[in-house]
Amino acid sequence: MPTMFEKIWSRHVVAEGPGGQTLLYVDRHLLHDGSPEAFRRLRAAGRTVRRPRELVATADHYVPTGAGSEASANEEIQGMVEALARNSRELGITQFGRGDVRQGIVHVIGPEQGLTQPGIVLVCGDSHTATHGAFGALAFGIGSTEVEHVLATQCLWQRKPKVMRITVEGARPFGVAAKDVILAVIARIGAAGAVGHAIEYAGPVIRGMSMEERMTVCNMSIEAGARAGMIAPDETTFAYLEGRPYAPKGAHQERALALWKTVPSDADAVFDGEVSLDAAAIAPTVTWGTSPQDALPISARVPDPAREGDHFRREAMGRALDYMGLRPGTPLSEIAVDRVFIGSCTNSRIEDLRAAAAVARGRHAVVTAWVVPGSGLIKRAAEAEGLHEIFRAAGFEWREPGCSMCIGMNGDTARSGERVASTSNRNFEGRQGKGARTHLMSPAMAAAAAVTGRLTDVRSLYPSPPSGERAAVRAEPLASSGEARAE
Amino acid sequence: MEAFTTLLATAVPMDLPNIDTDRIIPARFLRKPREAGYQQFFFHDVRFNPDGSENGDFVLNQPPFRQAKILVTADNFGCGSSREGAVWALMHHGIRCVIGPSFGDIFMENCFKNGVLAIVVSAETAAGLRGQLHDHPGAHMSVDLERQTVTAPDGTAHRFDVHPFRKQALLKGQDEIALTMEYAQAIEAHEARRAAEMPWLLSGDGPAA
Repeated sequence: MPTMFEKIWSRHVVAEGPGGQTLLYVDRHLLHDGSPEAFRRLRAAGRTVRRPRELVATADHYVPTGAGSEASANEEIQGMVEALARNSRELGITQFGRGDVRQGIVHVIGPEQGLTQPGIVLVCGDSHTATHGAFGALAFGIGSTEVEHVLATQCLWQRKPKVMRITVEGARPFGVAAKDVILAVIARIGAAGAVGHAIEYAGPVIRGMSMEERMTVCNMSIEAGARAGMIAPDETTFAYLEGRPYAPKGAHQERALALWKTVPSDADAVFDGEVSLDAAAIAPTVTWGTSPQDALPISARVPDPAREGDHFRREAMGRALDYMGLRPGTPLSEIAVDRVFIGSCTNSRIEDLRAAAAVARGRHAVVTAWVVPGSGLIKRAAEAEGLHEIFRAAGFEWREPGCSMCIGMNGDTARSGERVASTSNRNFEGRQGKGARTHLMSPAMAAAAAVTGRLTDVRSLYPSPPSGERAAVRAEPLASSGEARAE
Repeated sequence: MEAFTTLLATAVPMDLPNIDTDRIIPARFLRKPREAGYQQFFFHDVRFNPDGSENGDFVLNQPPFRQAKILVTADNFGCGSSREGAVWALMHHGIRCVIGPSFGDIFMENCFKNGVLAIVVSAETAAGLRGQLHDHPGAHMSVDLERQTVTAPDGTAHRFDVHPFRKQALLKGQDEIALTMEYAQAIEAHEARRAAEMPWLLSGDGPAA
């Protein structure tokens, strides 16, 4: 009867508080270099960290990712990274700092280390925490006051959200990536479509996805307004977790598996909302505006605000087109780009890099193109299979792990007016730098934009798929993701 | 946290839907300490021209709205990033109450944690309020949290829902951590149960060999 969400929620209720608010227990709290204020307030109030030895911290938002990073020169930025290291050291928290091969984007390293597991409640002071829901966890982003609260109590006061199921039916056509699926979902339900909800993604297309692909989908739940997005754990999940440093081992492994298998929604579970999409209708997708809901197939044209009925939406579209420097009716595939960014917690994992490399191989970037791996271990794994050489030969810059130009907090920003083909998650005004113009897309599509200098249907760069096979966005067979593990 | 009881103040309308927290405070300011004066970062890149002068077209810069303490928004205000700096910037600018059809979930949570009252009204009500504020720039509105009413410039009172937990916390300016500490026994009991059910989560010494 219960949904996956309800099962996890009810197992974590510590107490029902005043006014129907629930005190929820947090199993995993991941920290990054963006929350010094939480530590400052905790100390100022004379409070201690309740379970320091279960916390893991990583520097990601403010680390430099290579030559030219402002982060290496700016004391304020360096201070953010140093504050995390100092706070971690003083409070007894495990930190993957600079120089540690395990360092990377917090939403990449949680799963990579096996910290993220089915059935747990996981929080982090970052809105893309829903990424971890790909493992059948209840994972959501929190603000810095809540970070302080979890540090002190390991709990949070929460109101139970509603649960929406989004089912992706059918089969993904050739050349359609997980990023295209989630952009299509957001375009369909809107940037506020799931406010007040947790999303469960379901259906054959989701079940057929790798863990990397599932993470890409769950990652962008917040762009549809949902604080949490989740996918039922299955054999794909269990296989991914096996042998990870923090995953259960020995006798614990069998017990964990038994518990994890109870996590998925019951067959007769009832959801507060249902949305269904046919994957066959999804094409490689790009955004044209300044909200992730402004997404269209690459074959489409820049929409015309004049055709929008609602006055305020028309105004918002007009403003977005003005900011983006676009004219209604322009074919999306004729839009020239100045830069390409491949990275972020949405698309910086090994499969993402393979998909981009498959397009870059034997071609050459005609604009500045950055590849920023999600973690030190992913970088190492990619180099072991020679991806860095493919990228470098194609004129792409191969950089160090971090959030980088997704958010530009470390100074990795695009210049005003520059148009960026980006695998990140937000095309907001100023997101990648003041005045920078962002088009969101998959890693393969970003690589295609790099080698053509304009938004491009990546399918036009592939050889035809073998008949009768459902080929994904890959030009070569994939090994398992097992390389990206700590020794 | 500063308590919130009643408020009578100028209200400012913002008509665009999906105003994200990156727009409310650009990321490059998030490394600034709280003492830095967050009011200057509020909508920074919209409020100020590249040369540092004020953009006179932006509603917050228009004389009738400069002292506003109430902000009436469109759908999904505060979507996107979880940055609490967005609420700090809003508060430091003087806003104590935001009213709209929907808000980013994390932004709304951050509001209540900082003594800012976020009120959800229907899209029609929000559009009606914004219309009145456009027609009568500088008009006052009043908010009474105890009675859960918003009074429009034309005198119409609208009742709103607020979660009782949030209402009490806001009325008293209550510290949530102190409240949670009262549940210490329940937390310990939960932790004991968890240690028995999921002992592998407690590998506090880091990865097992």
